[in-house]
Amino acid sequence: MVQFTGIKEIIKPENLVYKKTNIMTKNILSYCPGCGHGTAHRILAEIIDEEGLQSEAIGVSPVGCSVFMYYYLDIDWQEAAHGRAPAVATAIKRLLPEKFVFTYQGDGDLAAIGTAETIHACNRGENILIIFINNGIYGMTGGQMAPTTLPGMKSSTSPYGRDVKTMGNPIKMADIIASLPGSYYVTRQSVHTPANVKKTKKAIRKAVQYQKLNKGTCLVEILSNCPSGWKMTPVQSNKWMEENMFPYYPLGDLKTPKE
Amino acid sequence: MEKELRLMKGNEAVAEAAIRAGVDGYFGYPITPQSEIIEYLMDANPAETTGMVVLQAESEIAAINMVYGGAACGKKVMTTSSSPGISLKQEGISYIAGAELPCLIVNVVRGGPGLGTIQPAQSDYFQATKGGGHGDYHLIVLAPASVQEMADFVELSFDLAFKYRNPVMMLSDGAIGQMMEKVYLSPHKERAKTVPEWATTGKPTTRQRNIITSLDLDPNRQELFNRKLLAKYDEIREKEVRFEEFQCEDAEYLLVAYGTSARVCQKSVQLAREQGIKAGLLRPITLFPFPTKRINELAGKVKGMLSVEMSAGQMVEDVLLSVSGKVPVYHFGRMGGIVTTPEEVVESLKSKFIGG
Amino acid sequence: MTEEIIIAGFGGQGVLSMGKIMAYSGVIQDMEVSWMPSYGPEMRGGTANVIVIISSDRISSPIIKRFDTAIILNQQSLDKFESSIKSGGVLIYDGNGITRHPERKDINIYRVDAAEEASRMNSPKIFNTIVLGGFLKVKPIIKLENVIKGLKKSLPERYHNLIPMNEKALKRGEEIIKEVQKAG
Repeated sequence: MVQFTGIKEIIKPENLVYKKTNIMTKNILSYCPGCGHGTAHRILAEIIDEEGLQSEAIGVSPVGCSVFMYYYLDIDWQEAAHGRAPAVATAIKRLLPEKFVFTYQGDGDLAAIGTAETIHACNRGENILIIFINNGIYGMTGGQMAPTTLPGMKSSTSPYGRDVKTMGNPIKMADIIASLPGSYYVTRQSVHTPANVKKTKKAIRKAVQYQKLNKGTCLVEILSNCPSGWKMTPVQSNKWMEENMFPYYPLGDLKTPKE
Repeated sequence: MEKELRLMKGNEAVAEAAIRAGVDGYFGYPITPQSEIIEYLMDANPAETTGMVVLQAESEIAAINMVYGGAACGKKVMTTSSSPGISLKQEGISYIAGAELPCLIVNVVRGGPGLGTIQPAQSDYFQATKGGGHGDYHLIVLAPASVQEMADFVELSFDLAFKYRNPVMMLSDGAIGQMMEKVYLSPHKERAKTVPEWATTGKPTTRQRNIITSLDLDPNRQELFNRKLLAKYDEIREKEVRFEEFQCEDAEYLLVAYGTSARVCQKSVQLAREQGIKAGLLRPITLFPFPTKRINELAGKVKGMLSVEMSAGQMVEDVLLSVSGKVPVYHFGRMGGIVTTPEEVVESLKSKFIGG
Repeated sequence: MTEEIIIAGFGGQGVLSMGKIMAYSGVIQDMEVSWMPSYGPEMRGGTANVIVIISSDRISSPIIKRFDTAIILNQQSLDKFESSIKSGGVLIYDGNGITRHPERKDINIYRVDAAEEASRMNSPKIFNTIVLGGFLKVKPIIKLENVIKGLKKSLPERYHNLIPMNEKALKRGEEIIKEVQKAG
């Protein structure tokens, strides 16, 4: 076992086990401790770096917690209006078909206000990647009910728990999108354990390859925790996610290419 | 190369001019009375010739956000619609103005409010010239009065849009959209091969990354940005005012009218002069910037002004501001899709200024 | 020279396309033209009308309320537009289905029974060209050769085989139009 003598020793290049990827900027992430967004950002940044896509990538950030995603990844970005990212990305890809175009959207953005844009972009089979962060709550605006909030789940606009009789049922967008002929690859993953991080990275890498081959829309849903919105510690929130979110939104591929 | 003579509807002229001007992308959603634009483009299929993208979106909201995405890539992109559809686009237009993106939006106006009617009107003047969506911003607004101008203003709009990094609106109406007239079409221009340096096209190692956004949570920086926009609008007011005068030299009464109403008023001027009333017409071609200075000058020479619009009186407010109380200013207009007749205008002129 | 014309009738009678042929012919004859349709639900049944202006000068208002000539193809349109004809102007109408005939004394009235003639010629589609032929007899503002060229321009190429038939119809219209009344 190596005995470290101090900080200078630790940061020696030969002792590095983990470092910032090139594509991540020096800006400090605005996310709450324990939130899944940071991990999801890093996975995407690693893939852009490893696939040599920095000069090809155009990202579309949403309205939601990740509204400032353009601070964190060193690529060209467009900030879209709430819910409109798939329409914005549609035009980018149509006009610059050689580029790698993706959106990064939360559940309010993709599954509530932007439902039409999401479904129609997928139905047209736009050659874009949609990364969908589903944490069942509106994080940025302070923990209101999302279209994906679970039955009985408390939020600031469902303080007695989501009553499906009056508030509707949580919507399974990935399932809907998988049913559309235009979508090519639809999968649901999480980033709460190292094993799940690996799977998510593999899924996004696949989607990048499919976009290069002009296969159609790829959707990678990432189930994520929201410790602040759920009013839990990060550890509790991950456990709660496994026990409550996973049964309703099972992990795994919903649509895989036939070949 | 010589210009090509065609007989076309105003709507068709917009579509053909867009192809010829080297537009990169059109995104629209059908609505009467302007659906001929997307129909013409789909039929012409410029993807095969110029490579222009033509896409029927799922909504006006999606269409304007596609315009946002395309414009942010530095491309020449446009959308067209009519009043209710333009209302839906206002969110996107505000974002486009806030992100300082160049684009063309055509409004072939119909009567409102609400679903209103499908017949021509000029009741979207406030919406077009005073911003339209949320926040402090202006569009550059051009008002075509003929099928020829429907064609010519497409290229002019993009020149202005890119010069100022500002959205441009062509404020037309159902009459000009549906009417056929002779039009001389410009020769085909190639699509641009380069894009402005701010465009998001993928970050090469040679530059910093480009970010297109309208968001800044720091009030001080946001105010600085607002001031920058104001300076831009002042420059536009200084340099881009366009108008046309018709028999103003000896006019005692001035009609102020744009678009279809200006065509009607040309005839009214003739009719009034046949009756011994010295009328003249000032036709604003740019509604923002408004020809404030010229109208103020003319206010020193005439006995009164009549703002003629197919609305309840919207442009008349800008005429009043321009005149600054020097002479009386009235409004005359029909609404609900009814086009004012030349005779009605003369009658209104007589009853307001001459009596009887 | 300025000729301000309204053509009005049922949707489907070829009102708009007759106006289009006039407008194209005017362009070929190097005139200024405008073609301003009533548009909307009328296009699918109900009444349709179009204002055509042909002029040697720049056209000011394409929308007018007083006409040099009204070409009227049904009763509703006659009721609506008879009063809009300038004094001394021209009314051309098809008598088919007309129960109340024109009453004004200060206009020139012509009748062209084109519907009847078209069915006699076994070709209901050339109805509007027969009417146009009648109009050109009364108001020879455009040369026949330019009208034929106008027809070619306004018809999609796949219908160009119909041009000889339409030429015949134009001539037939010239023959059958008859004067009913001279302006008093």
